[in-house]
Amino acid sequence: MKYIDEFRDPVAAARYVRQIARITTRNWTIMEVCGGQTHAILKSGIDQLLPKKVELLHGPGCPVCVTPVELVDMAVTISSRPNTIFCSFGDMLRVPGSSKDLLSVRAEGGDVRTVYAPTDTIKIAKENPEKEVVFFGIGFETTAPANASLVYQAKQLNIRNLSILMAQVLIPPAMEAILSGAENNVQGFLAAGHVCSVVGYDDYEKIVAEYKIPIVVTGFEPIDILQGIYMTIAQLEEGRAEVENQYRRAVRREGNLEAKKIISEVFTVIDRKWRGLGVIPKSGLALKDKYREFDAARRFRLEGLCADESTECISGLILKGKKKPFECSVFGTRCTPEHPLGATMVSSEGACAAYYRYRKTGPESLGDKMG
Amino acid sequence: MCLAVPGKIVSIESDDALMRLGKVSFGGVLKEINLTLVPEAGIGNYVLVHAGFAISSVNEEEANQTFEYLRQIEELGNSEDKES
Amino acid sequence: MNDKKFQGLTCPIPISEYPRILLAHGGGGRLMHQLIDKIFAAAFAGPALETTHDGAILKVDAPRLAFTTDSYVVDPIFFPGGDIGKLAVDGTVNDLAMCGARPKYLSAGFIIEEGFSMDSLWKIALSMKEAADQAKVSIVTGDTKVVEKGRGHGLFINTAGIGIIEHNLTIAPSSVQPGDAIIINGDIGRHGMAIMASREGLAFETTIESDCAPLAATVMMLLEKGINVHCLRDLTRGGLAASLVEIASTSKHHITIEESKILVCDQVRGACEILGFDPIYVANEGRMVIFVPKKDAGKVIDILHGKSHWPEAAIIGKVSDKGSGIVTMKSIIGAERIIDMLSGEQLPRIC
Repeated sequence: MKYIDEFRDPVAAARYVRQIARITTRNWTIMEVCGGQTHAILKSGIDQLLPKKVELLHGPGCPVCVTPVELVDMAVTISSRPNTIFCSFGDMLRVPGSSKDLLSVRAEGGDVRTVYAPTDTIKIAKENPEKEVVFFGIGFETTAPANASLVYQAKQLNIRNLSILMAQVLIPPAMEAILSGAENNVQGFLAAGHVCSVVGYDDYEKIVAEYKIPIVVTGFEPIDILQGIYMTIAQLEEGRAEVENQYRRAVRREGNLEAKKIISEVFTVIDRKWRGLGVIPKSGLALKDKYREFDAARRFRLEGLCADESTECISGLILKGKKKPFECSVFGTRCTPEHPLGATMVSSEGACAAYYRYRKTGPESLGDKMG
Repeated sequence: MCLAVPGKIVSIESDDALMRLGKVSFGGVLKEINLTLVPEAGIGNYVLVHAGFAISSVNEEEANQTFEYLRQIEELGNSEDKES
Repeated sequence: MNDKKFQGLTCPIPISEYPRILLAHGGGGRLMHQLIDKIFAAAFAGPALETTHDGAILKVDAPRLAFTTDSYVVDPIFFPGGDIGKLAVDGTVNDLAMCGARPKYLSAGFIIEEGFSMDSLWKIALSMKEAADQAKVSIVTGDTKVVEKGRGHGLFINTAGIGIIEHNLTIAPSSVQPGDAIIINGDIGRHGMAIMASREGLAFETTIESDCAPLAATVMMLLEKGINVHCLRDLTRGGLAASLVEIASTSKHHITIEESKILVCDQVRGACEILGFDPIYVANEGRMVIFVPKKDAGKVIDILHGKSHWPEAAIIGKVSDKGSGIVTMKSIIGAERIIDMLSGEQLPRIC
């Protein structure tokens, strides 16, 4: 497949790995903040090929993982109602709330459906006029235009039985929260390429100016990630701190203007709680007044619902790169992918789930693991 | 975030005030995709698709840049090795 | 009964009389006997078929038998490349073949939901007959139940199968040895993605068809050619990954495979990319892994490419001597990672 295969070429990968090894003279800690990049790194094994001096951390880049427990509880409550069709992306179905997940609601008879695109719910709402159709609107900036379009179209077409449970988050505030934390050890960021396709990368200039760390907008195939890592290390070795763009085939500085238009038409920025990280100011999106009627939390009178997170879960520390999954007292015992306690075990991109799957029970490498 | 896949626009299905829809091919699999956000992209162009929407067009020249960059840093490396 | 092709014949129970299955068709009375007679007996006709007695009496001449059972609940019932009936026959035949047995006799139990289309039932019966003929097995006994509307999902089929073992090998994970080559008979992911394409809410246009196929003849040929087959496993739900993980864990050997050697056709790749699926976890219905001593690998590939008509058969990995009980895969870019089973089904993802 074009634009995929060439970016998975093993020969080019080996050449990039050699160049990274050539320029790395000191220990460097780089964080990526995108579930898609975490997935790509672990699947292709890039972390196995990098010099030991380079440490890759997996930040809070998975919107599924960071959805607060109370939002999952709201989803469970809404989907358990009669005459309600609850639609969601597939990876949200296994996320546990305070007592259960959406798959359990389906097993108990709730009408819970997977959709590929948020706008697929418009057809479902039209075909079921006597039912309430609700969409679980999670995502980072990449998904914001699709979620915004759903609401915009619903209003234009006057579809009264459709609403969205808002769980949109923004990435730059989370990066700032990590950098401003005490004893932050992150020295460089790979910025999420698809987020930047939509909103551009001007927002990162002020982060770079304030914290003096390199940020490289990076794609998702192995060659992209290797080039992004190379560019970050080159900056670190040379003492530079700039915003650079590795993912030039899909990202322009100004982003996608049409996408930004629809996002600002429908959404406004609010403070938002992140599972494992607490409230991060100006890190979420809510519906503007004009579209507030489509807010499911409001329609079903669930605003203000609170929930506690597990006290044993240290996902906050893991998301900030302060601890590794195997340093958690319940990792692999009370907390597993089948019974996740917190954000980072919940989806397969979460650091704990990934470490569990790849059997990383200690700081030893995979090679040691296999004997 | 996030899963976005490059595909080739093979047809435009509808184009009205509310939205522009087209069929995009992913290795031969066709899916109807919303192209409203990429007005510059037409039949034969590649777009990145996420959650049913094309969020960006893919620029071929810039794609080639990744491999040109690799060649340049290798050359740089070779000349540095020669000097030392 | 004659044995000419049934395809194209109209449903023997006049559609105008009974277009749909009624509860009475499972009631033990005349309607049930008419159903069995006109649909199942007509489709499965053969000398061993016994429809009026409680069981079939069979003469079996073999020192060892293989016996298997399975249930089929696939949705949609008709999918690109097959249907629940073909799946039921091929699946049972394949389970027997994986034991190294020559499949001989099948039973078929039908749990039909009230309201199911009579014409669809006829088509499924014909499809089972065709699959049975292709695999050289007979459906010799069965059962019919009808459940009230809402208590079934159209149609469920349960099967059992008997096969005869004509060799002395122990074809099982316990026979796997370090150094064994691991061979697959073709590309992966077709069945799972063909089903996905038909699912509401994920519709995409594709010509992907299920790879549903019987594997018995291929296994018999390998055995007849004297190949010392150590282990066989058909790749069903959970995909290639699940089968290899099970074998590694049971045999306590370390299995290593190479991603670049595993073939995935373009459309399956495209569909997997869109949904965020990994092809190694996608279901298949006509693929198996074959564990043989390294020295036999070349011969196996020749047989598969030749008379058995599996042109895309390939060696994808080997059993190493590390004794770890895990599976590792060398990725496309050359790094190794551990492969584990998933907790449940793959779900289309957004991240």
